Amino acid sequence: MQWETVIGLEVHVQLATRSKIFSGASTAFGAEPNTQACAVDLGLPGVLPVLNEQAVAMAVQFGLAIHAEIPEVSVFDRKNYFYPDLPKGYQTSQMYHPIVGAGEVEISLEDGTTKRIRVHHAHLEEDAGKSLHEDFHGMTGVDLNRAGTPLLEIVSEPDLRSAKEAAAYLKAIHSIVTYLGISDGNMAEGSMRCDVNVSVRPSGQEAFGTRAEIKNVNSFRFVERAIAFEVERQIELIEDGGQVVQETRLFDPERDETRSMRTKEEANDYRYFPCPDLLPVVLDQAYVDHLRDNLPELPADKRTRFETELGLSAYDASVLSATREMADFFEEVKDVCGDAKQAANWVQGELAGALNREGLSITDSPVSAHQLGELVGRVIDDTINGKAAKQVFQALWNGQGASADEVIEAKGLKQVTDSGAIEAMIDQVIADSPAQVAQYRDAEPEKRGKMIGYFVGQVMKASRGTANPQQVNALLKEKLDALC
Amino acid sequence: MHDKTLAELARGLDAGEFSSRELTQHLLGRIDRLDGELNSFITVTFDQALAEAEAADAARAKGDAGPLTGLPLALKDIFCTRDVKTSCGSKMLDSFVSPYDATVVERLKAAGTVSLGKTNMDEFAMGSSNENSFFGPVKNPWDLAAVPGGSSGGSAAAVAAGLVPAAMGTDTGGSIRQPAAFCGITGLKPTYGRVSRYGMIAYASSLDQAGPMARSAEDCALLLGAIAGHDLRDSTSVARGVPDYLAELNAPLSGLKIGLPREYFGDGLDPEVEAATRAAIQAFETLGATVREVSLPHTHYAIPAYYVIAPAEASSNLSRYDGVRFGHRCDNPADLIDLYKRSRAEGFGDEVKRRILIGTHTLSEGFFDAYYKKAQQVRRLIRQDFLDAFEEVDVLMGPASPTPAFDLGANKDPVSMYLQDIYTIAVNLAGIPGISVPAGFVGNRPLGLQILGTHFAEAQLLNVAHQFQQATDWHRRRPAFAEETA
Repeated sequence: MQWETVIGLEVHVQLATRSKIFSGASTAFGAEPNTQACAVDLGLPGVLPVLNEQAVAMAVQFGLAIHAEIPEVSVFDRKNYFYPDLPKGYQTSQMYHPIVGAGEVEISLEDGTTKRIRVHHAHLEEDAGKSLHEDFHGMTGVDLNRAGTPLLEIVSEPDLRSAKEAAAYLKAIHSIVTYLGISDGNMAEGSMRCDVNVSVRPSGQEAFGTRAEIKNVNSFRFVERAIAFEVERQIELIEDGGQVVQETRLFDPERDETRSMRTKEEANDYRYFPCPDLLPVVLDQAYVDHLRDNLPELPADKRTRFETELGLSAYDASVLSATREMADFFEEVKDVCGDAKQAANWVQGELAGALNREGLSITDSPVSAHQLGELVGRVIDDTINGKAAKQVFQALWNGQGASADEVIEAKGLKQVTDSGAIEAMIDQVIADSPAQVAQYRDAEPEKRGKMIGYFVGQVMKASRGTANPQQVNALLKEKLDALC
Repeated sequence: MHDKTLAELARGLDAGEFSSRELTQHLLGRIDRLDGELNSFITVTFDQALAEAEAADAARAKGDAGPLTGLPLALKDIFCTRDVKTSCGSKMLDSFVSPYDATVVERLKAAGTVSLGKTNMDEFAMGSSNENSFFGPVKNPWDLAAVPGGSSGGSAAAVAAGLVPAAMGTDTGGSIRQPAAFCGITGLKPTYGRVSRYGMIAYASSLDQAGPMARSAEDCALLLGAIAGHDLRDSTSVARGVPDYLAELNAPLSGLKIGLPREYFGDGLDPEVEAATRAAIQAFETLGATVREVSLPHTHYAIPAYYVIAPAEASSNLSRYDGVRFGHRCDNPADLIDLYKRSRAEGFGDEVKRRILIGTHTLSEGFFDAYYKKAQQVRRLIRQDFLDAFEEVDVLMGPASPTPAFDLGANKDPVSMYLQDIYTIAVNLAGIPGISVPAGFVGNRPLGLQILGTHFAEAQLLNVAHQFQQATDWHRRRPAFAEETA
């Protein structure tokens, strides 16, 4: 039998606010346990939450980016359950009136086509702390630094049909949130995690199969692997005459399998009700319009502009718009040097090569976009030739000089365009190479073009690479031909 | 000194008749001698009170005294106080010391008041008799066989007994007004949002409100001015200017339109209470007010709606007491579930457990619409009743409670106890302010007249109450218990 996979994703994006969603405590990652949890995060008696406006703005920005409805009123609800890393005994979330309504995300598939995935809604909520089971013999530690970190939970419709599509969707979300600057998108630090709902059904059947939810998958790769395993498990189960039960499962990347956590019968009744400590969030149109007007250019729009306005190839446009950091870097190089194609060649050529060799990301590049732009500019305005430019790049990469001009000056790489100086060098080379001159003279005129390379090389060497190669070529030809 | 009002004591301090230290010492002595019998305090902060009094005297000597500098107060043990135990009347928090001060506490400290300690209360403010305290019941100083009312019973009894001139209470369904009535003092529940709830341990967040309990409306005005106002730490506190509550006190009442809700004078009202209430209201006619009957048609839904909404919020608010981070923890838990079960079973009293169970049930899947949602709809109707009434009249008046203080142990059945709050509970559901003023006696047990106004009409309520107190002397009566034969 042919099976079709149906997948829906709940992506939790940690918002890059400076402080927590309901308190003033810092959200910085990596601090000593429980040093970034204030009275509010600890759920001490008497404390009250105060909504972080920045988290609201970020959620709305996301909604606008996926062309979603932004309801005028959204409401925080309490999701009640007991767990040691949940200090108040409830998580403040949005159950009935989320801040972002229905929208859609476009994903790019491997065959070059695109597909629209519907987003059911996105809501704001607070993260819980972390239970640390390893470090305490026979006991569990609780670190509440993460408690109260703002999360945007983005819930898709069950529109995804394969593990690859799911991964592409996750990448698209990652790209949007990092472009918007509302999340650092760092999956290793847990800034993006997702719950995956997976079911299978016979191809052509309309009704959905029973789904299993795989909790807390935290990398693009794991999403693909978890789904692949789960789909296979469900198909095998059904083909062997069994039934999929609705349950929550956990993906174990070490063993590459999913395991049952709890079944529907064991599921909590969360007893959602509106949080009486927080007022409904009312967004006026002017506020939403202001955020819309200040929305940065999004990946898809940028790709199109790179192609149509800057004349880049589809490939270049897609590579250079892949991340906001890459696009920003490229655009700065372009703005400084004034030539998009040259900028694209340098960013994808010399720079990308060097970054790859050292395993660095573009944000860690030792050569800044401004430096690279100036360097490319010096090539364009003929201050240096291409060969010298590579030397300058290497020098900048190694930190030998603050700017291209400084390196050019220090290393004397400025291109020699003074024809008198070039002529003098040519005369010297001709005088030093009687044998080669004789060969040249004796050769058939159509073969002389190849033989001139020797003389060019000698002149360039004499100029330590600074002579303008076109000028050298033309003058040499003139002088050698005069000797014939 | 111990039977004076705050205003009178302030004049005494100003005139140099006594120092804050002398006053404080005098009251601490009375607490020491009398409170063993009364049990109105859970914690008395002797050393801290004297230190604060000395600081106040020093400030006064430098000319830095404000209107409340050096005046002694007590705080219901629901307000978080740094370095002093905050138990909320519960075994659960018997060992809890808050690392921060509630906004109310912070503001009272900033005003230079002297805190004598933390007063007894029904556990987590759940109760109408102060019999639900882990620290034992409080007695009514007017009659030691009677309850002081609740849940701010300790605050009311301490003020009535002359242990402290004023105290802070909180009111979720009548917890300031009913004990004020039972103990013959004046108690004001402000509009929801008028006073910050930050640091006030939550019972039912959408209903809780802090307010003053004192010996006169004037004293309540003085205290409300100090604690009211917007607080960035409480989103439900309202950003609205705080008027000078003292300025309006002496406005004449001629032309005041008083409404008597028909439903507040019906079945279940003790005839003697009704007679005394009507007599008190007549005094207003003498002052130039007019009186007419009005209707609050949804009154009889108030108690059922309250006992859905308040326990629902409470069941969630009290989830944090799980034995994990603070508060009571059972010995040798076998596992996490055992830790939760036994810590909570041991730490909470019966009434708290009862309300957590009710609230958990009404919020459960399948019941939410029938209970919680319905109760919220009823709540809107109740609020509308009041708004409609205030279209016709300026203030509403009626008894604060259907009976005078009842005997300790008399109300064994929880539902009959809940019915005690019939006249006060709707006020919290509507969010409007209410004040209870002493207005007579049945035997030796005091009665309270409740005056209600529309949202943010505290200045008007205080004015009306003050004018009544200028014309009557019920608020000046002191119980025999307060007289020490030295």
